[in-house]
Amino acid sequence: MEESIYDKYEPVIGLEVHSQLLTNSKAFCSDPIEYGALPNTQVGVISLGHPGTLPFHNKAAVDLSIKMGLACNCHIREVNHYARKNYFYADLPKGYQITQDKTPICFDGFIDITTKDGVTKRIGIERIHMEEDSGKSMHDQDVFDSLIDYNRAGTPLMEIVTHPDFRTGEEAYAYISLIRQMVRYLDISDGNMEEGSLRCDANISVRIKGVEKFGTKVEVKNMNSMRNVQRAIDFEIKRQIDLIEAGETIISDTRTFDAQKNLTISMRSKEAANDYRYFPEPDLPPLMVGRDWVARIKEQMPELPAQLAARLIEEYNITAYDAQVITELKETAYYFLEICKHTNNYKSAANWLMGAVKNYMNQQAVELKDFPLKAAQLAEIIKLIDDGKLSNSAASQVLFPAFCNKPESNAAALAQELNLIQESDEGSIKPMVEAVLAAWPDKIMEYKAGKKNLMGLFVGEVMKRSQGKADPKLTNKLLMELLDN
Amino acid sequence: MADYKQYKQQVLSGETTVVRTVQDFLAKAIQQKHLNAFIELWGEESLMRAAQIDLQIAEGKGGKLAGMVIALKDNICYKGHSVTNSSKILKGFESLYSSTVVERIIAEGAVIIGRCNCDEFAMGASNETSAYGPVLNARDNTRVPGGSSGGCTVAVQAGMCHAALGSDTGGSIRQPAAFCGQVGFKPSYGRVSRWGLLSYGSSFDQIGPITSNIYDCALLMEVISGTDGKDATASSNKVEDYTDLQASNKPLRFAYLDTCLNNKGLDEELRTQSFAIFEQLKALGHTVETVEFPYLDYLVPAYYVLTTAEASSNLSRYQGLTYGYRTEEKGDLDSLFKKSRSEGFGREVKRRIMLGTFVLTSDFYDAYYTKAQKVRRLIQESTEKILESYDFIITPTTPSTAFKFGEKTKDPVAMYLADIFTVQANLSGHPAISIPAGVHSNGMPWGIQLMGKQFGEKKLFSFSEELSKIVSP
Repeated sequence: MEESIYDKYEPVIGLEVHSQLLTNSKAFCSDPIEYGALPNTQVGVISLGHPGTLPFHNKAAVDLSIKMGLACNCHIREVNHYARKNYFYADLPKGYQITQDKTPICFDGFIDITTKDGVTKRIGIERIHMEEDSGKSMHDQDVFDSLIDYNRAGTPLMEIVTHPDFRTGEEAYAYISLIRQMVRYLDISDGNMEEGSLRCDANISVRIKGVEKFGTKVEVKNMNSMRNVQRAIDFEIKRQIDLIEAGETIISDTRTFDAQKNLTISMRSKEAANDYRYFPEPDLPPLMVGRDWVARIKEQMPELPAQLAARLIEEYNITAYDAQVITELKETAYYFLEICKHTNNYKSAANWLMGAVKNYMNQQAVELKDFPLKAAQLAEIIKLIDDGKLSNSAASQVLFPAFCNKPESNAAALAQELNLIQESDEGSIKPMVEAVLAAWPDKIMEYKAGKKNLMGLFVGEVMKRSQGKADPKLTNKLLMELLDN
Repeated sequence: MADYKQYKQQVLSGETTVVRTVQDFLAKAIQQKHLNAFIELWGEESLMRAAQIDLQIAEGKGGKLAGMVIALKDNICYKGHSVTNSSKILKGFESLYSSTVVERIIAEGAVIIGRCNCDEFAMGASNETSAYGPVLNARDNTRVPGGSSGGCTVAVQAGMCHAALGSDTGGSIRQPAAFCGQVGFKPSYGRVSRWGLLSYGSSFDQIGPITSNIYDCALLMEVISGTDGKDATASSNKVEDYTDLQASNKPLRFAYLDTCLNNKGLDEELRTQSFAIFEQLKALGHTVETVEFPYLDYLVPAYYVLTTAEASSNLSRYQGLTYGYRTEEKGDLDSLFKKSRSEGFGREVKRRIMLGTFVLTSDFYDAYYTKAQKVRRLIQESTEKILESYDFIITPTTPSTAFKFGEKTKDPVAMYLADIFTVQANLSGHPAISIPAGVHSNGMPWGIQLMGKQFGEKKLFSFSEELSKIVSP
């Protein structure tokens, strides 16, 4: 195949991800945070920037930023200065945003991403800094007026800035997925991009392969899903290459992604951009983050998804694929570990979780936290199967749905009630086996002549006679014994 | 006027009551309305409060400031009361909460009588920038009272209250105190919580008392000082017993800055009288020496670069959107901001916002803001060094006595130089007091300024008491 013009170029992409921090109160005051509250009800004099008000530190927001920094292998800064970013907008009550400029709390880290085809790549984390969010302007709620909700004003955010290490939209997708997974594991944020708890901006340029100098950078905003990040980047790469190939120059601008039309649109040129007039925030003395503070956070750090997956493979002997699926969500992983406290059949635990439990949640459209059965109850089912008292099919098709509707019961009693307990007593199965064989003398001849798949027929007949309760394993064994004699 | 201690005695002995005192003050304020010291008197409310305090005193339950009648500068928040910083942009704005200082004085039994005129957003040295018009110096109505806490100072000067709380960013308490013959104190930075003080230059601003005597000043400082969870820059340093004004009787060491006393802008008579005071101090066994301070010419420029930078950002919240003045012209968001701010702010405030915006723009940041920060550090270090070997730095508070209205309004730089001796303490964060030093041959009072060590308030007050006996017989 002929080499495409696109292969001549190397895209260079850096990402800036904003994540809300799940704290009970705002970044620089004690106003409460309650998502989904009625507009302008989570606001006091500080959030509204009333005259004479002053900010103070919310240590919980700092804790969460340190957590993310440690998870991203960052250095944690000891002396943290805050800065003001000045600009006028209706949803910015003070006319400036408190942020960190020259001294981000976390710096020089990295995380390893894995793309769909299993390739692992290290992404450099330049910095993570803390800041406060603005309110929300709504231009489409009222015919004549723009409305402003200040509830979000002053809620804490962290911004994670990468080095320009991405080369494809797919890598960016893998990175955002990982960041989302991490903030969820660390209880930093719910990581919901659609609702804006997680927001991503991309800086994109292209250059001829082998050239060291970066091309002209374009910033793309408003990509409100992980998939859109990938789509916007892919579009933008192509747009830039096409422009260059057409002999035109790239304009350094800020663009927005239109998901409907699948293209980026210029919002403003960089030259027309605000001069934010950053300067040190005089109302907040530098925040000292000593070693003790960092050590305390380190102690509270839960296992991260990659570590946990490795442990599942190592300690629970499940496949890499299973481990990856199970650790995708923290809740699933923790549920798996809980089941494994009650059973040694880890493989079965994994299968149940990825099979019946997952199907149930999909069908009912619920999350694991709303799944009716406790891990120990799921382990009861596994035990019944392992003890030969219950067939796999009876367990998954009959007992499991019944149990889910009646979680106050226990597996054994319910199986009894539903008449699902298998005959696993040789004495009671043997007569049935003998009866079946007696009824099919010609088939026995065929079997003995080599038609081994007739075994299925014999087993099925025994099952029929036992009304499905004969332990198939035992039935098999008895049949073999009799037939092979 | 009697100091609070004597007044309290008079109330206890039945010679007077708090109610009668508040009535007298209110009468004097109304009589002298032409001085324009008060923007608003809270007459009825303060009388009701006074009656309560009279009861409390009778029951022996009065606080440390029981019955002290205090005026607030129009930039200190008091819940349910207007606060406008003498600006059109805050016309009609009522504060939803009280500043820490107001909470503390109320808890100790003070009666708040009203809010006082000042330069708009505390930007000025003559009280001529107020949206409510100038305040007149009670001693000579053709002269300015100084600024920006001009209304507060005249209220004390003209006997309309016992004391006032003002704010000092570059001399706004001490300079009018000197011009009006009162005591004015700028605390160490962080000594008094700024919660509820409308910010001008956040890293310079301090609330402080204006009083007729040292004891009242020290007493008010005892009440309003101390750490505050609402102000991260408030110091947790222990508040000492400031009203213990006993002289140390030890010889003290005074430094004066040669560049200051021999400054060509300094009034000749004030120079002579300052040196006369130095001689008196020496005669009492103290040491008074000249020290080098090569930064005098840089004080005012560094001060204006940094305070206007902070102000340009601090004043961004006045947008005409959720509170305060809003233009009546309809338009888009940008024009709403521009028109409301252009119409709401006065000339001097706009000048400073523009100056501050300019020095923070990325092209000029290093040339101005960063440079001024470095100068500030040198000034801090140099001042600190002088105060390692001396107890106080002593200078006249101002280069001249109160000037005439209009004399400096055409020349902002000349106006800015009125702060030349006071801004050092704000740049360095040290405490400084201005005490009445006598009367000039032009009939106007002048003040002498003492700067003390960081958080050395106690020593500063006790020596001020001693000095005030020397200078005003």
